[in-house]
Amino acid sequence: MNFIDNPRKLRGFEKNIRVEKVSRRSILKGLGVTGGFVLAAPVMSRQALAYETGAGKMPHGVVVDPRVFVSVAPDGIVTIVGHRSEMGTGVRTSLPLIVAEEMEADWSRVKVQQAHGDEVKFGNQDTDGSRSTRHYLIPMRQIGASARTMLEQAAAKRWGVPATEVKAVNHEVVHSASGRKLGFGELAADAAKESVPSIESLKLKDPKDFRYLGKGQVGIVDLHDITTGKARYGADVRLPGMKYAVIARPPVTGGKLVKFEPDAALKVPGVEKVMQVRGWPWPSKFQPLGGVAVIARNTGAAIKGRDALKLVWDDGPNGKYESAAYRKELEEASRKPGLVLRQEGDADTALKGADKVIVGEYYIPHLAHVSMEPPVAVADVKGDKAEIWAPVQSPGGTREDVAKTLGIPEANVTVNVTLLGGGFGRKSKCDFALEAALLSKELGAPVKVQWTREDDIHNGFLHTVSVERIEAGLDKSGKVIAWRHRSVAPSIASTFAAGTVHQAPFEIGMGLVDMPFEIANISCENPEAAAHTRIGWFRSVSNIPRAFAVQSMVGEIAQATGRDQKDMLLQLIGSPRIVKPAVKDLWNYGEPFDSYPIDTARLRKVVELVAEKGEWGRKVPKGHGLGIAVHRSFVSYIATIVEVAVDEKGKLTVPRVDTAIDCGTYVNPERIASQIEGAAIMGLSIAKYGEITFKDGKVQQKNFDDFQVVRMDDSPVVTNVYIVPPGPDTPPSGVGEPGVPPFAPALINAIFAATGKRIRSLPIGKQLEA
Amino acid sequence: MIKVKINGQEQSWDGDPDLPLLWFLRDEAGLTGTKYGCGQALCGACTVIVDKEAVRACITSINDVAGREVTTIEGLHPNGDHPVQKAWRQVNVPQCGFCQAGQIMQAAALLMDNPKPSHDQIREAMSGNICRCGCYQRIENAVHLASTGV
Ligand code: FES
Ligand code: FES
Repeated sequence: MNFIDNPRKLRGFEKNIRVEKVSRRSILKGLGVTGGFVLAAPVMSRQALAYETGAGKMPHGVVVDPRVFVSVAPDGIVTIVGHRSEMGTGVRTSLPLIVAEEMEADWSRVKVQQAHGDEVKFGNQDTDGSRSTRHYLIPMRQIGASARTMLEQAAAKRWGVPATEVKAVNHEVVHSASGRKLGFGELAADAAKESVPSIESLKLKDPKDFRYLGKGQVGIVDLHDITTGKARYGADVRLPGMKYAVIARPPVTGGKLVKFEPDAALKVPGVEKVMQVRGWPWPSKFQPLGGVAVIARNTGAAIKGRDALKLVWDDGPNGKYESAAYRKELEEASRKPGLVLRQEGDADTALKGADKVIVGEYYIPHLAHVSMEPPVAVADVKGDKAEIWAPVQSPGGTREDVAKTLGIPEANVTVNVTLLGGGFGRKSKCDFALEAALLSKELGAPVKVQWTREDDIHNGFLHTVSVERIEAGLDKSGKVIAWRHRSVAPSIASTFAAGTVHQAPFEIGMGLVDMPFEIANISCENPEAAAHTRIGWFRSVSNIPRAFAVQSMVGEIAQATGRDQKDMLLQLIGSPRIVKPAVKDLWNYGEPFDSYPIDTARLRKVVELVAEKGEWGRKVPKGHGLGIAVHRSFVSYIATIVEVAVDEKGKLTVPRVDTAIDCGTYVNPERIASQIEGAAIMGLSIAKYGEITFKDGKVQQKNFDDFQVVRMDDSPVVTNVYIVPPGPDTPPSGVGEPGVPPFAPALINAIFAATGKRIRSLPIGKQLEA
Repeated sequence: MIKVKINGQEQSWDGDPDLPLLWFLRDEAGLTGTKYGCGQALCGACTVIVDKEAVRACITSINDVAGREVTTIEGLHPNGDHPVQKAWRQVNVPQCGFCQAGQIMQAAALLMDNPKPSHDQIREAMSGNICRCGCYQRIENAVHLASTGV
């Protein structure tokens, strides 16, 4: 089984492997070994599928059962369960829409009900890895088709005609021979008595008859509630008798509380109690850091009370973490050989014999997610029962972890999933829900734990920090004959196991070893790097530094040899083919390689499409420049062109962005466009401002003043999105994350075109002002 | 005892007069449409309208609004059909939606002040409101649509 881009599966890894005791090779092997997961109901039949996905290998697999996901009321209202978390991608609309499409339900008579965390019942619920559509397009169609078939069978029985003579059409079943009709509501009770058809027997709709899928005409189900303030996020949950808490946590990862003085806090009006919160030693996956909680009648009082606390911490082993010094360590490591992960030909010899060697050393700092809604959770623990309300990307994992943390059976834990005010990977970690559970248990009352923005920035699970060093060797004709890429970055696995110094397969598989260029001599290496803070998944994960490095290097080669960036890119991609990197157990976003190969024809296609639609090579005003980049991630293919304008003072603006995406078969093009528009803005935030730095082990930034993100006045003026029409049976692939990685390198290549300055270190900050 | 009118209803508070209006609204009055995003007037998630002006509720104390009229997203229009809200739905603005109440209140205040803002004026007026999901292009278009008639 592949390792896993999934926090949950790391459980197996936790149990089986002690990283500090094993050799480098076996770390890589060890991360590939997971066990102990019951695939609840991987009922997908092979015949019914034109392709296979990794869905069945996720914890608890896939459940295809209309009785779990669909109910029809006598008044005809169809309720469809959305079992993934809504954080802005539109998934709470898209997956139920697939069911409605296939069952011929009229969307205006459909209600969506959010599933609580229960993976035995609903199948895997981890909403991350840009997986929902690619894992659930077919299962949701099958669920819809089953429900439709049951309604048809019920109608046929009522009329005493063969089921083959009746047909569900737009919320009713019709018998055209006799002109009879029955609404879904009228058939509901009888249909529920029908047996669930076997998956093999299901007839899926012909895509040409689709009313909703692929059309983009349906708004998200929460649109009205969001615009009227009624939408309920984690922060908005209120229970009778609920207390409000904020927590002072150790400022340094691995630090501990020495002592605290509660008196001043207790004098703040509205503060009711000050209490210690249990912490776990670092690293301990998603367990709370511990600290001191201030309990109050409202959040404002709790925050004011916390400000009045006197706290003494022991900073522990990471108290010296300092970003500038750490960067030097990474740079030095990148200049020496590291663990070889992919080797084709002989890059060493080829580089030595090359006519020209171009070297780029790229730096990408830590980043914080800063989802608009900071972490927050409500818990109500009574005896050996716990109920949680939280904006979590991992409802099933949260349930497991709450049970484990409180020492109660999982069956006694209910996790209610609210809307998420953004997630970006931060809310895959349920530490905030565990804090609420611990506090509620001790208080004997429901409690809300609210993280402030400062907490979010100081105590998160940051994006890694990395140096990506690439050496490209060219022969006399300018052809690239050698490629050596060393990636040095602390691994996410360090949050799970002490002593981790190498990146995990799911990290090296994100743009390092899966590099698609047609080059004879390739070496991809991973020198060691130890972590000094909690590292976690951040939207697009390691693809951010990799795409930045690889696609900047393409620009550098074009620049050094006087070639057009786009032509250079197509030349490097080379012939249309399936790339099979010489990597043992290549991690492919958890997907089978046969369904989701590395297909350079598709990579070329998005470059060509964006070049055509985005008018590559168009004349731009003085001080403007165009840059291009392409990247495959989350098994989708995306190319972006950025037009940048840099004025004499070095102020940078982005008049236009064009992006082409090939994400295979898709459900809702309107939401794809919104994800890509948003990805351009997040990409620009990363490139322009994104940097978390450490001094004395502590994060130096605190809020949106010193950890800036793009605002409307510096956001791209226009972002155009082009979606490649899928071929028949092209498997669906990721959308939420793939838009981010190509943005920064396209921007940096554009800046070079505009100014002649090559930026290798993010963020851009003041580098253009010099 | 501090008295304040919120969405047309008289409310009173005899606790800490320095309590930020944001937490009074959310935790004491149960009006959770107004969001917390930063607490430092940096993100605009908490934007409400006081009399006719957009105000950051996170740095405005309940005492500051004594005797004044506060409008939150819940009170912007009885059916949620304020031109800005309608435009928002027509343009499909939101992603996660968490910043949107603040954005809508800021846009409504802008249009009270300047019914026909130019694109540059929209971009400037809305720049105190962060959308981490990155809906800016659509926000700009929706404000423009609201100003030209939905
Ligand atoms: S919460 Fe008030 S401006 Fe951010
Ligand atoms: S829609 Fe998510 S922060 Fe604006």
